[in-house]
Amino acid sequence: MSFTVKFTATLVAGVAVFAIAPQAGAWTPTKPIEFIGTAGPGGGTDNFTRAVQAAIVKNKLVDQPIVVVNKPGGSGAEGFTYTKALTGDPYHLVFGTSNAWSQPLVSKVAFNYTDFTPVAAMVQDEFLLWVKQDAPYKNVQEYLAAMKAKGSSAKMAGAQSKDTDETLTRLIGKAAGIKFIYVPFKSGAEAAVQLAGGHVDSHVNNPSESVGQWKGGTQRPICVFNTKRLPDTGKVTATRGWQDIPTCQEQGLNIPLFQQPRTIWLPLKVTDEQTAFYVDLMKKVQQTPEWKDFIEKSVQTNTFLSGDAFTKYEMQDLEQWKKVATEEGWLVK
Amino acid sequence: MENFDSLMHGFSIAISVPHIALMIGGVLLGILVGVLPGLGAPNGVSLLLPLTFGMAPVSAIILLSSIYWGALFGGSVTSILFNIPGEPSSVATTFDGYPMARDGRATEALATAFGSAAFGALVGVVLITCLASWIAGVALQFGPAEYFAVYFLAFSSFIGVGGAPPMKTVVSLAIGFAIAAIGMDTVSGSVRLTMGVDELVKGINFVVAVMGLFGIGELLIAVEEELHAKPVSSTIDWRTLFRTIAGLPKHWVALLRSAAIGCWMGITPGGPTAASFMSYGIAKRVSPRRANFGKGEAEGIVSPETADHAAGTSALLPMLSLGIPGSATAAVMMGGLMIWGLNPGPALFVEQKDFVWGLIASMYLGNIVAVILVLLTVPIFAALMRLPFFILAPLIFNVCVVGAYSVSNSYLDVMLMMGFGVLGYLFKKLDYPLAPLVLAIVIGDKAEDAFRQSMLMSQGSLGIFVNNGLVTTLVTAGFALLLLPPLFRSIGLWRNARR
Repeated sequence: MSFTVKFTATLVAGVAVFAIAPQAGAWTPTKPIEFIGTAGPGGGTDNFTRAVQAAIVKNKLVDQPIVVVNKPGGSGAEGFTYTKALTGDPYHLVFGTSNAWSQPLVSKVAFNYTDFTPVAAMVQDEFLLWVKQDAPYKNVQEYLAAMKAKGSSAKMAGAQSKDTDETLTRLIGKAAGIKFIYVPFKSGAEAAVQLAGGHVDSHVNNPSESVGQWKGGTQRPICVFNTKRLPDTGKVTATRGWQDIPTCQEQGLNIPLFQQPRTIWLPLKVTDEQTAFYVDLMKKVQQTPEWKDFIEKSVQTNTFLSGDAFTKYEMQDLEQWKKVATEEGWLVK
Repeated sequence: MENFDSLMHGFSIAISVPHIALMIGGVLLGILVGVLPGLGAPNGVSLLLPLTFGMAPVSAIILLSSIYWGALFGGSVTSILFNIPGEPSSVATTFDGYPMARDGRATEALATAFGSAAFGALVGVVLITCLASWIAGVALQFGPAEYFAVYFLAFSSFIGVGGAPPMKTVVSLAIGFAIAAIGMDTVSGSVRLTMGVDELVKGINFVVAVMGLFGIGELLIAVEEELHAKPVSSTIDWRTLFRTIAGLPKHWVALLRSAAIGCWMGITPGGPTAASFMSYGIAKRVSPRRANFGKGEAEGIVSPETADHAAGTSALLPMLSLGIPGSATAAVMMGGLMIWGLNPGPALFVEQKDFVWGLIASMYLGNIVAVILVLLTVPIFAALMRLPFFILAPLIFNVCVVGAYSVSNSYLDVMLMMGFGVLGYLFKKLDYPLAPLVLAIVIGDKAEDAFRQSMLMSQGSLGIFVNNGLVTTLVTAGFALLLLPPLFRSIGLWRNARR
């Protein structure tokens, strides 16, 4: 009898310990967590960072407070350089794009992607080709013909220099045989305003950067750089929605897929448990209604890459970047 | 009339007990944030952003914009009392505000600043109310060439201010441009002038530079002169406060001129900083009392403060209607808009009438609340001036160090701030003007970007600056401000010589 009781007690205790064990052994934060956005307030990276923060805070996924800090200096290099120095500190996460590996290729910054522990790539942002609302061209072919007719004075605006926007501009130029003047601005929002004022011919903004202007009737997208059309999310203007925009490929501009991942990193030398905690946290974030809302509103594609899948994707993308940067003579030693 | 109806509808949303409470709370927080330099309005607003996630968008924007108003007023307090501007746009306020406070007229200086700021803000809101639907288009006409022309106009209107020899002004400007060039270059994407210090890729933050140049620089001078060994006697006098406010209308010319400059610079995206500098520069040229400028002249406070707030207020319009934030704080608020599920842009005025007009109505109320609260606290701030120097000096030093550190939690910034302190001291000793240096640090890289973007677009032809009526007018006005005064001076000299 007493043996049975003891045995049962031991068993229960054992099971209990076993059940709790991974919980007790797993790492949980005991201090406030800082999210470092590598872009200024209001931009795509900032909205991404704050959407993750909002999803965590609203659903109480973490007991600790979360603070978002913008470190946009040097096209994001400020935030990465800052995080690089915080080796072993699991309370700082840095939010970026493919700039973690592309920026070190084209400018002399003091970091590289190898200075960070990858956590996850959570979304792929789309690119569209935008023209002024009252521009005469109805489709991509008419646009390309008009740009060709301009000789070497066709102007494309974009955010930053030697980053995704300029790369895509060069790809379009090569595919269609047009010599664009690329005019870099500090952000996609500024580029959009320049197009609305008719100071440039087009830009290649992300959906969220120009949706306000599309609704307001100052500019319109003519094609999307994806293999298939964007999902149906209802009408944006009175007559059209994202799903009505043809792909560039079906319009005869042969650039099948061009996207920008949004990435999250920890400093180097954090423990595997700490990395696992954040990977798990981001997976939970992706299940929240706030996140689904964010994806739908900003018209991005939901993905989740972590661990080896992330690294594999990163290497493929890096090769692409190297190719373009070499061709354009952007590489720095 | 349609706008008027919408405004009344907006008031019906904004006037409710919870909203008025939010305004009072926001303004008080804002004043605190504004008085502590380094923290500043953009940081204050972004720290509180998560609190608004659960609120209705109208309530959230009322809270955040109230913090903004409070911080704008609070920023003038430190400019006047300690010569430490909290925001770029309140630099010009130090030129006359600080000498006046040092004369023992702190209450008068603060009351003048708050009174004219309130007037400027009011003109800005009235303008938004009347012209909301029409104005949005004006900003669209601004391409890179027009931007550059506006910056050029701001520089031109400022050269010669302070009575410094033109060569000293040019030297000061050039140093400012060099400092502004540090860090990542937007147009080429390459890193410049970091001198092997990796962290400098972010560039030199304005707050760091200004706290050193003004705060520490002034402290060094004061220590040397031992002037401040005695506390300044300034009596807390409510009558002075009311007399000053009641006496403001006699500066009506300066008030109207500055409000006009402010509104114009706010709508065309020149921004509050350029507006306050330009307004001070023009006042110094045309005011009948120009000889007293820099020595504590009331009009030297009225001009920049009115223009600053008129521009700050009307700059919210391009943010709402075009999605171009006119200031760092407006940019943080725009991030908030997206999180609350609103897209800034022309459509906002059609789809979110309650939000837009609720905000505009709250701008009237919020500014009234802010003025009342800030005037009530004037005696407390003025009393700070009566602290003996041996208490005040370490206090100012600490505020500067903490402020510089909190800009981006970096020790490098503290070191840079100290360096700027020495630079500020040298400038004062050698009688070089500081204002052109600061102006160049603040808008130097924007002017450079705009110029190079223009050159890319025109493929190297300067013709882009006389391409249309708008840009030609701006450039001509800039050259007129730059060249006419020395021209008149030399004609005068020539005539005198012939006589």
